Amino acid sequence: MRSFVSTDDIRSWGGILQGQHFVSQPNWRDQLPRSIAEARDAGQSLLAIGLGRSYGDSGLNPGGAIVDMTALDRIISFDPATGLLRAEAGLSFADILDLFVRRGFFLPVTPGTRFVTLGGAIANDVHGKNHHRAGTIGRWVRRIGLLRSDGTEIELRDDDQTGLFAATIGGLGLTGLITWAEIELMRIPSALMDVETLPFANVDEFFAVAAESEDSADYTVAWVDCLAKGNALGRGLFTRGRHAPGGTKLARVGKPKLTVPFSMPSFVLNNLSIGLFNSLYFYRGRRAAGKATTPYLPYFYPLDSIGHWNRIYGRRGMYQYQSVVPPVVARDATTEMLKAISKAGEGSFLAVLKTFGEKTSPGLLSFPQAGTTLALDFPNRGQLTLDLLSRLDDIVREAGGRLYPAKDGRISAAMFRAGYPAWEAFAQHVDPVFSSAFWRRISE
Amino acid sequence: MRVIILGATSAIAEATARLYASEGADLLLVGRQQAKLEAIAADLKVRGAARAETAVCDLAAPKDARSALAQFCATLGGVDHVLIAYGVLGEQDEAEQSTDVAEEILQVNFNSVAAWCLAVADIFEAQARGSLVVLGSVAGDRGRRANYVYGAAKAGLATLVEGISHRFASNGPRAAIVKPGPTITPMTEGMNRKGALWATPEQIARVARRAADRTGPVFYAPGRWRLIMLIIRNLPTVIFNRMSI
Repeated sequence: MRSFVSTDDIRSWGGILQGQHFVSQPNWRDQLPRSIAEARDAGQSLLAIGLGRSYGDSGLNPGGAIVDMTALDRIISFDPATGLLRAEAGLSFADILDLFVRRGFFLPVTPGTRFVTLGGAIANDVHGKNHHRAGTIGRWVRRIGLLRSDGTEIELRDDDQTGLFAATIGGLGLTGLITWAEIELMRIPSALMDVETLPFANVDEFFAVAAESEDSADYTVAWVDCLAKGNALGRGLFTRGRHAPGGTKLARVGKPKLTVPFSMPSFVLNNLSIGLFNSLYFYRGRRAAGKATTPYLPYFYPLDSIGHWNRIYGRRGMYQYQSVVPPVVARDATTEMLKAISKAGEGSFLAVLKTFGEKTSPGLLSFPQAGTTLALDFPNRGQLTLDLLSRLDDIVREAGGRLYPAKDGRISAAMFRAGYPAWEAFAQHVDPVFSSAFWRRISE
Repeated sequence: MRVIILGATSAIAEATARLYASEGADLLLVGRQQAKLEAIAADLKVRGAARAETAVCDLAAPKDARSALAQFCATLGGVDHVLIAYGVLGEQDEAEQSTDVAEEILQVNFNSVAAWCLAVADIFEAQARGSLVVLGSVAGDRGRRANYVYGAAKAGLATLVEGISHRFASNGPRAAIVKPGPTITPMTEGMNRKGALWATPEQIARVARRAADRTGPVFYAPGRWRLIMLIIRNLPTVIFNRMSI
């Protein structure tokens, strides 16, 4: 394991899980076969990581080997006629935006942070606010370079019949090492967004606004005040947006201006402060509701403007929770979940509600499916928080829904398997040397 | 702007080349490994470089630096900036046991670089403009048992570049030595690279790019190393000798 160094500072973005790893940071793709061989010959399991934005344990491999892919961020080719971008897997979405927005191209799908790598986005088959239009990022992936532990490098195509492409999209890095990929960028007329904010008073209103917006808006998402009770249960702000038809292609880019320098003490976030924040946010948003044109960065990535925002949750970290439930039960299950949260009084700043469209996700383990997704984060208060999360698990499971592996570090193998019936088919494609804490938890 | 980068496959050189590419520069990438040079060139073109040419050359053993450099200039149709970024850390233990190893470290990090610097200086003097930026190291500021052969080469290089800068002083061209602290690059692979003193190649690149436009001639990278090295240089020997740094 000559090219690996032992470190104990790899932490998941949620901050609850941490582990000792042997880490290698190659600068060239031709070093990767050696890294894999070293891990294999030392009897270690291996996992590639990118920018470490996974919240739970899918990006950790404690006691094992990690290949940090972030230095492999070269662009291999770009064709402005087709928008096809081929690049090494460590290229970040932030870099892609910096380079291509000014030329009139945008990511076809982007998650709520731009600090993810191409490889990580594929391995988690990420989705965004345009899911009802574009589906997941996997639908825009044309080719993947996959290095297996037997030393072979396979060029996977989107018309692959072996199942390995479908296993690799959303495959959590377990089918081998994604070394490069080709995705199709989307044309945009400007770097600006036309955004409309609509307050809604309860869950029913959310579903009404969402249904009405799907046809007209490219991007939809809602923020929910999950501490509101009674008649106000499920109140929130719905935003719908589209790329502005004209205007500048230049957007101010750069590093976060603010950064949270260290973990804040845990008492800073309590129900009072979160409740106050949520109420203020709701009333301010309701007053300011209406139409506006804004640059794309604050629209898509509000949290990216604060470096290490996860540290506001203190040293104990936070739990992320993202579920999806099918359309027929979406209204009832969502109401029930919001009631459970409100009743437990475990507040969440960032409660996000969105309807997923009918576009099929290409990966065997892709999270998005038609229905309604609710994303929450909870400061870690130990057993209290875990109890609430398992009540939510029961509701999701009952509704025939599932949780997002990129945000999970906790659920039982049974819960995972119930939500992902294709997991056994997926397991056939897992490379024997590749593993993660997540995979061991739910497959063993 | 036409930029020649000697040692273009180094991580710091590549990060600096990306800054030049974003300015739309014409670049010539020189190094030993054609495939790697080409991978970088392809990337730089998409990142905005007007041109990204490559040339294979064993920079550490230049037979005739002047004529090789003339050829590089001809490729770009002239030159405005030159960045010299190659080097090896070498093994201090081996250098103490073998003169050949020590000489190799000095040859790569000092002798050969000096030949390129002097050749560049003549061209810049003749055209009365141009910026030469050379990567040195904080290791050249005070000899330490861990890497003093490497440090000696970098100290020599700093003096040489200072001298060229002095020679240019009233004449238009510039010469600058950039002294990075420990940086996360392939050169330091295998070391424990945790902690606040470690910098990324991108941080060094920003200093190197700025150095080409400013009066130096000495640039620490990141800038805080100026203060750290001021203290280390001035530590009394009795204290310095007790430190394991």
